[in-house]
Order: sequence, then C-alpha cells, then structure tokens
Amino acid sequence: MEQLISLLDSTIRVSTPLVLAALAGLFSERSGVVDIGLEGKMLTAAFASAAVAYATGNPWLGLLAGMFAATMLSMLHALVSVTYNGNQLISGMAVNTIASGITPVLGLAWFQQGGNSPQLDDVARFHEINLPFADSIANVPVIGQIYSGLLSGHCILVYLAFLVVLPLVTWTVYCSRFGLRLRAVGENPHAADTAGISVVRIRYLALLCNGMLCGMAGTFLSVYQTGSFIKEMTAGKGFLALAALIFGKWRPTYAVMGCLLFAFADAVQIRLEGVPLPFIGEIPSQFIQVIPYVLTVLLLAGFVGRAVAPKAIGIPFVKSR
Amino acid sequence: MTDLAIELIGICKSFGAVAANRDIEMKVAKGSIHGIIGENGAGKSTLMSILYGYYQADAGTIRVNGKDTHIRNSQEAIRLGIGMVHQHFMLVDTFTVLENIILGAEGGLVLKHGVKQARAHLKELNKEYGLEVDPDAVVGKLGVGLQQRVEILKALYRGADVLILDEPTAVLTPQEADHLFRILRTLKEQGKTVILITHKLREVLDITDNVSVMRGGQMVGNVRTCDVDRAGLADLMVGRKVNLQVDKAQREPGEVVLSVKDLNLVDRRNVKLLKDINLQVRAGEIVGIAGVAGNGQSELLEVLAGMQQPSTGEIFYKGQNLGTLKYRQPKAAVLRKLGIAHVPEDRSREGLVKAFPNYENAILGYQCDRSVCKGPLYSRKALVARMNQLIKQFDIRPDNPMLRVGLLSGGNQQKVVLAREIHANPDLLLIGQPTRGVDIGAIEFIHRRLVELRDAGKAILLVSVELEEIMSLSDRILVMAGGQITGEMAGKDATAPALGLLMGGGDKH
Amino acid sequence: MKFGQPSTLPRWAQLTILPALNLLAALLVTGVVTWVIGENPLECLKILVHGALGYGEGIGYTLFYTTDFIFTGLAVAAAFHAGLFNIGGEGQAYLAGLGITLTVFAFDKVLPFWILMPLCMLAAMAFGAAWAYIPAWLQARRGSHIVVTTIMFNFISYSLMLYLIGHQLIEPGSQNPTTREFGQNAWMPAMQNILAGIGISIPSTPLNGTFFLALIACVLFYLVVWHSRWGYELRTVGTNEHAARYAGMNVTKIIILAMCASGALSGLASVNELLGSTHRMNVLFTNGIGFVGVAVALMGRNHPVGIILSALLFGALTQGGLDLSFAKPMITREMVLLIEGLVILFCGGLENLFEPILASFFKRGK
Repeated sequence: MEQLISLLDSTIRVSTPLVLAALAGLFSERSGVVDIGLEGKMLTAAFASAAVAYATGNPWLGLLAGMFAATMLSMLHALVSVTYNGNQLISGMAVNTIASGITPVLGLAWFQQGGNSPQLDDVARFHEINLPFADSIANVPVIGQIYSGLLSGHCILVYLAFLVVLPLVTWTVYCSRFGLRLRAVGENPHAADTAGISVVRIRYLALLCNGMLCGMAGTFLSVYQTGSFIKEMTAGKGFLALAALIFGKWRPTYAVMGCLLFAFADAVQIRLEGVPLPFIGEIPSQFIQVIPYVLTVLLLAGFVGRAVAPKAIGIPFVKSR
Repeated sequence: MTDLAIELIGICKSFGAVAANRDIEMKVAKGSIHGIIGENGAGKSTLMSILYGYYQADAGTIRVNGKDTHIRNSQEAIRLGIGMVHQHFMLVDTFTVLENIILGAEGGLVLKHGVKQARAHLKELNKEYGLEVDPDAVVGKLGVGLQQRVEILKALYRGADVLILDEPTAVLTPQEADHLFRILRTLKEQGKTVILITHKLREVLDITDNVSVMRGGQMVGNVRTCDVDRAGLADLMVGRKVNLQVDKAQREPGEVVLSVKDLNLVDRRNVKLLKDINLQVRAGEIVGIAGVAGNGQSELLEVLAGMQQPSTGEIFYKGQNLGTLKYRQPKAAVLRKLGIAHVPEDRSREGLVKAFPNYENAILGYQCDRSVCKGPLYSRKALVARMNQLIKQFDIRPDNPMLRVGLLSGGNQQKVVLAREIHANPDLLLIGQPTRGVDIGAIEFIHRRLVELRDAGKAILLVSVELEEIMSLSDRILVMAGGQITGEMAGKDATAPALGLLMGGGDKH
Repeated sequence: MKFGQPSTLPRWAQLTILPALNLLAALLVTGVVTWVIGENPLECLKILVHGALGYGEGIGYTLFYTTDFIFTGLAVAAAFHAGLFNIGGEGQAYLAGLGITLTVFAFDKVLPFWILMPLCMLAAMAFGAAWAYIPAWLQARRGSHIVVTTIMFNFISYSLMLYLIGHQLIEPGSQNPTTREFGQNAWMPAMQNILAGIGISIPSTPLNGTFFLALIACVLFYLVVWHSRWGYELRTVGTNEHAARYAGMNVTKIIILAMCASGALSGLASVNELLGSTHRMNVLFTNGIGFVGVAVALMGRNHPVGIILSALLFGALTQGGLDLSFAKPMITREMVLLIEGLVILFCGGLENLFEPILASFFKRGK
C-alpha cells in the first residue's frame, strides 16, 4: 500500500509539467497550429523563472517571468505561422534550437556556473503544501494514507494544474465561445472566417494561452523540482507532452490521462532501476523510458485506436476568394 | 424608406490588370428573388464578394436599405442583414448543425445560454421556412442538400434579410433543387430578399422576379423576368452569337477501341459513384458525356485512365481486357504506354506541376518513355527541343520552354497539357473539361485539334459540363446522372432541352 | 506540407542575396545578445573567424564538421524535395553508428581495409535507411505524420543505443559507456596522411577522406535530383502529389525511397565521425548534427552548392565557436546553437519575410 501510494504520488509530481505542457499544446494544435516547440518554451521558461526567482527571492515573480518568456516564444511562433504563413514545424524547431542556445549563453553570462543557475534559496522556491489535517489522519488506513500520502504534500503548481487549469481548459474548449471558435478555426478556418471570426486573432489567442501554460510547466521544473536551472533540463519533456496530446487525441482529459500514464511509467522505471524482477530479471531503464514514444508511434499508425488530428493543422490560413 | 434592399452604384474592381467588375449598376427590390446571370468569369462572384465584404470595391457606392454603407468585412455585411450561401459550403464537418449555426453568433462568452436560445430560435426557423434540419446531427454526415439548408439556416439565424446564393444548384439533384426553390419562395413570401447567382437560364426564368445579366465584368442588362424569354436572356448573356459549331464532316467510325461493360464504382462509405456503366468508343469518333458536375463523370474518367480501381465490371481496350493485365507499375502508367492519353478535368491540380518549367511539364506522365529518357539521365537539351516543337505546333505563348507553367494563361496551360497528350500519339484520348477557364481564341483552337484528331482515326471520350461544347463536338452523346448513363443520342439530333431532361433523370441517393 | 513556394525572384538572387540577408539577420540578433551579455560583438566575430579559418588546424576542424553537415544537409534536402520534413536525421545517424560498429566488430580482425571500409559505409547507409524506412512506411501506408514519427524515433533511438552501448557493446572493464577501439583497418585515412602521400604537409586534425565522399555525394545528388527520371518523380511528388498520381508514379514507393535515401545520407555522417575521427562509438556521438542538417538544407535552399556553402558556414561556426568559448570565458559554445536556431527561423520559418521586399525591389529595377 505504502509503495503504491508513493508510486502514485511521484506519478502526480512527474506528470504535472507534462499536463501543463500538453494542455498548452492543445490550445495551439486545436487552433490549427502545430507546436513542436513545447520543449523550447518550457526550457526558456525554466531559465527565466529561475533567474528571476533567484534575483528577487520570490517564486511567484519567477512564475510570472517564466510565463512571460514562454509567451514571447509563442508569439514568435505565431508571428511565423500565423502572420507570415511560414512552416509551423520549422518554426517550432527554430524555437527549440534558439531556446537550447540562448539559455546557457545568458546563464553563463549572468551566473558563471557553466550555463546553470545557482541553487535557489528556500524562500525563492515553491514548496510542498501540507493540506489541513494531513498529519493527524495519516495513520487512518486507506483514506488517511491516500489523503496525506497522495493528495497532500504537493507544490502549489500541482494543485493549480489539476484543480484549476485542467477543469478550466476543458470548460474553455468545450463550453465557451472561445473554445467553439478555437475548434472551428482548427477544423475549417474558412468556415470560421466567413462566420465573421478572425482566424488570426483566435490563433494568436490560442498561442497566448499556450505560452502561459508552457511557462507554468517550465517554472515547475526549475523553481520547484530541482530548485535551480540546469542546462537542457527539460530533456524531452516537451516532446513527451506532445506525444501525450496526440495519445489523448487532442482532448484535454484524455491527454492528461496520457500524461499520467507516461509519468507512471517513469515512476515505475525509477523504482525498478537495478531491481531484478522474478522470471524476467533486471529490466534496463531504457526499455521503460521508450514506452511513451513507441505507444505514440503505434497510435499514430492506427495500430491501437486512431488519432485524427484537427483537419486544418499545419496549414497556413490564406483567405480564399 | 425605400423599397430597395440593395443598390449598387458604379462599382469597379480590378485585380492587377484585369478588370473583374466595371461600373456596375444594380437595384434589388425588397422581398423579391433577384437573379444574376452570366457565364463563368463574367464577374458575378466578384460582385457578390464585394457586397459580402470579402473585397473592397475600387470605386462605387453600396446602399443597403437606402443607406450608403461601407462594408469592410463579412461581419459588417452580416450586421447589415446580408447572408451568403457559398458554393463550397463553409461548414465545420465535425460540429453539429447547432454548433455550426451559432458559430460567430454565440450570444455571449458562455455557450450554454446561447445554445438554449439558438435551439428555440432554430425550431421556429425550421418550421417557418420548411427546412427540416435536425439541430443535433453532425454536419459531416449530412447529405449535400441538407448541408445547404444548414447554410441557409446559418444566414437566417444571423438575421439575414438579404440572402445571396452562389450557384446553389450546381451540386444538387433535380429533386433537391426543387426543394430548394420551394424554400426560396417561402423566404420571399416571408419578406426576405434573395439574390440568386447562376448560369442556368431555366432557374432564372422559373423562380426570379428580376434579373441582372453580366458579361465580361459589366452589367449588360437589368430586366423584369416576365419581360424576357429564354432566347433573349441567352442573347444578353453571351452577347454576340458565339458560333461554337465546329466544322466537322460526317465520318463513318471504325472499329471499337474502348468498350466498358457493367462498370461499377463504390467508395469507402459504400456510396455508389458509378452504376452499371456500359459504353463504347470507336476509332474516329468523339463520344461526349454530358451531365451536371458531380454525377460520376469525373470518376468515370479516372477509372478509365487507371487512376482508380473499378469495383466491378470490365474494360476492354482494343479487344484486350484491362482487368486481366499484369500491373508491375501503377495502372495509369501502364495504360498510357498502351496508348490511352488523358487530359484531366482539373489541369492545375493534376495535369501540371505549376512550379516546374514548361519543358518538364511536357514529359509529365511520359517521364519513363523511351523517347524522353534513354539512359539513367535526361538530356535537358533534348527536352527543351521537344518543348520547342510543341510550342510551335500548338501556338503556346509566350514561346519560352524554360518558363514556369504557372505563369502561363489558363488557355496556354491547357494547350501544354493537350500538346503533351497528343504528342504521345494515342489511340484513345480521354479528355475532361477541355476548355474550362480557357479564353475564346484558345477554345476554338482546342476544338479544332480535337476534330483533327478524330479525323485522323483516333477515339475520343469527351467529358464536359458545357452542353454547347458537347453538342458541337460529339458524334454521339451519352448523358450521365446519379452515376448512371441515363440516355444516348446522336450528336446531330441532340437538343439542349432533350439533354437537359436526361441530365435530371438519375435517381441520386 | 509543401516547401519551396514558387518565387518571383530571379534564381541567382534566391540563391545568393536571400540567404545572405537571412544570415545577416541571424548574426545581427546574435550580435545584440552578445552585446547584452557585455561582450564586443565585432571582437567576438573576429575571434570566431580566426578560430575557424585563421590557421591550419582550425581549417581542418572546420572542414571536418563541414563534412558532417554536408551529409545531414543533403539528407534533409532529399526528403524536402519529396515534400517530407525528416527531422529524424539524428536518430538515423545514431543507428548508422550501430551498423558501422557491428560491421567493424565482425570483420576488423579478418578483412583488409579496402573491403572493410566499403562494407562499413554500406552498413552505415543501410542502418540509417532502415531507421528512416519505418516512419516512411508508416506515413505512406498508415497515414501517420512523418514529423511526429521521426521525433519519436529519435527518442527511441536514444534509448535503444544507450541500452546497447551501456549493456551490450561496452568495452569490457570500461567505466565509460563506450565501445572498444576499432581495428586500424577500419580507420578512414586522415587528411594529413592522404596529403602527405603527395608531398603536402598539413597539421593533424580529424579531417579525413570522408570529406571527398561528401563532395562526391553532392555531385551525385545534383545529377539524380535534377537530371534523372527518379529525381523528376521525386520532385513531382514533392510539389504536386495529385499530378504524380495522374502521371502514373508510384507515390508510396517514391516517398519511401526518398526517406531511405535521406536516412542513408545521414548515416554517412557517422562514417565521418566514427571511422574518421573517434574510431570507437560513444554515447551521443551524433551531438546534434542531424538537427544542424535542417538549418543547412534550409539555408542552402536544398541545392548541393548551397548546402556545401552553408555546411561550411556551420562548420566554421562550430569550430570558431569552440575557439571563442576558450578565448572568452563569458561565452559558451551554445552560442552556435542560438545562431543555428535563428538561421532556421529566418531561412525556414520566415522565408516570406524578406522575399516580397526583395521581389518588389527587383520589379522596380526592371
């Protein structure tokens, strides 16, 4: 039981940046703009938030800075893909490469620690929050264990992601005017255009949401998880989030389930490191790490279900007639 | 107050050097059905796009309900009570009817409230105009006729008083078209104004109160429908009597080149696109296939050219059953080698690679031909020489073989395709819409070449939506409707009304 | 997804002024960043240029990196011409390393150089092509998007290779995840040795015979793409797939072949790295060369001459950037990544930014 709870506990923790990034990608892709630049935006946000949190000693200002930095890159992506009708994949790749370049360059110049940031002080970091009564009922079987071991003791960003962002995104996409227009623009921008909707505006707004969520994801990594910025610390999480988004067929709840699944695989892998299993022996960690990517490939190929992308995705919108 | 819904005064619009609209004057009375008639490229669509705010006129005034207005985008048009039903529906396939209708007019930031209101309003509209649309159906799964009604609903929901319909019957069966006209009459009775863009005389005479005739970007007539007859309208529309009659001697056709037996084509969703097609084309004969666009002609051409597999049935070419051949290469390549040339219906989509220079387009489809490529590498010099020859034979302008084909005019692009296919010296030529988007001079040229080819003893299967073209070129005419051949007549006996009757004869769906 | 919209610019301007403008824009932004972190951009540029081209060793290293980038650039361009974006060059080069290593391990005790070397190259190409074949097949047959699949395949190749190097191919007794050294009969002759044979003496650098192979590949690439039937079909599929079907081309086969050619070219970069320089396989020896290929192809406009020039540029940036980071402790070698990203941005994403301006300029000039 205790093992299981701690496994699920780390699943939630590991999944949080994935959830935020996947939902970020959802906004962009549902509006018809492919986003393979999640990775780079997260990385930039991680750097900016760590830098500002370090300088000001305030994690919230760090969060703001992270969101701002990621949004700037989102706007660059929008400029290329929406205003200049450029290739969205190439733009996304440019975002990733620029992020990989500029973060260590500025990092070294500002902190002289080989491109990393200094370890943040306690006050400059986000911390675990203990929910009320968590300690007192920790010994109650099942309910208490779940409450204090699984639900309590996470960073504020975790609660934000699951209790605020996820419901809000789901509601926005399916129940709000913006969501309806977002989906319309991603499916048939010409239809939206003739209905008097500005495709450009909706796509910019979508990328604005995208940037802010990427910012939160990046901030989580540096200002909470490691407590400092480390070169290339995203280590493919942006692509993992993209995989989860596709895995979830571009729907918020399914995408989040994808994130949880991938995070669970990660948590299991850490626990299995060097532990021989009966009959199979020791499973190399790489075998488990590879699971999300293989699953996504299989899904995209229609071997396990079929993921149908928004119809207008990747195609620059040029007014016809 | 005024009894005019729309008044256009001195509207001008140019695209580059081309004047699409010149000094247009038009008055549309309230509560009337107003037809705008004209041939392809007469400027009807441009004019309506200006009215709906897609384009800004270079000069001129638009009055809506007697007031001068400036329509900068479609939103403003909607606000002024103008609605548009596009020829290509502007619908989101994955949305329900209801979602499509409220899109852009959601009535607030939150959908819930607007949806509830919309549902009620929709019920009313449905009843009032006899539209019979289920608000919760997914649009992508509806038939064409119903999708069009969704478009009409969309406009009405936005409070449109003036409804513009752009070639609404192009995609409809006769029954669907009749239903549509009933709806339009109901709209008129309820005080709405309808503007109907079309090139079909019958529709104008049947349903409109007034009609404006456009030709070559100008308005050449505004008349009351009851004051004109078919011949008068046609005269106005075409202007000078274009003599499409091609000089062609009677000729006894030779042996059968192409023979199709019980051909069927079913698509993935199990819709029958071609039903029991039987036809023959002989050497030295032009067989024309007439029909409203989208009644299986395109599919028939593609199947015969080897671009699609028929579901059942047999095709014999010079006595050889094509179904039993062994195909090591794509079928289209093999058939071409056997002497079946194909001028596709849509030259820019299929017939040409617009980014390639002329000389490269002149080998498209023949890239493996011995005459083009002997070794592993092409000789650019030989290809250019070949293109120069075609340019001379077909009077292609400008006469530069290195020019990108996308920079040529429509007529010259079509000549490049035709030149390529005729150069291969085929025994059977499949040709679709040979003169779509082609200027008059080139039309005559192309028609003459086709007759020459026929006189040289080649078999030609011609698909066209232009009845006059079919009638003037064909030795025999087959009519297709709903994926079936609904009739056949000799070219010299054919009349437009008789063909028209057959064209509406299929039972689609 | 289609690339290379028909342009109204004269071809020579497309191939010269436009890339130059894009490069200038990228360097300007980098210059601003340099200035922000308190360095003198011009001084840095001077150090960089000197480091790359100012002395024999520098030039050798520059050309060594250039060799890598020519291959990966050609690889990306081959796919581009078929209308495909192969972002998986990294993984394909990585897998090619496996092909090389397995071949060397199997035969370096028995086969002489002149049999083993071609065999290794074939193995590199075969493994690279095979790793590209799967995403290509999935796109052609199952309709999965090749960009996403190749991204996933990059990660899959990392895991696979980390496992293989760490658990299976590791040199017994070694602490580092690296294979044993290859036998000398599997070493590509170094440039200093080749040139010494004809009496020219140059400093010792990793530059090796693969460089000539890269130049030959460029010539072949040109002939195949613009003067052969296969290249004609490739470009037709890449610009108008409907026309390709109409013309009776086997689109599926062409897409798959183009991706395989792309993968094989990526694989040859590994020949340069493993057989030419390190003579053993390390973890992550590819070090981003596959991604640089994207920038090289975009800037070189998918033409071999352009690719050689932009590969040379990135080779110089890589080598000069290293020198710069030694000379200036405040500047890291990741500065090159920044430039690379900006080049991708300006040449690829914002290709529509300068072109209309230039085009109108040319129109007015006429």
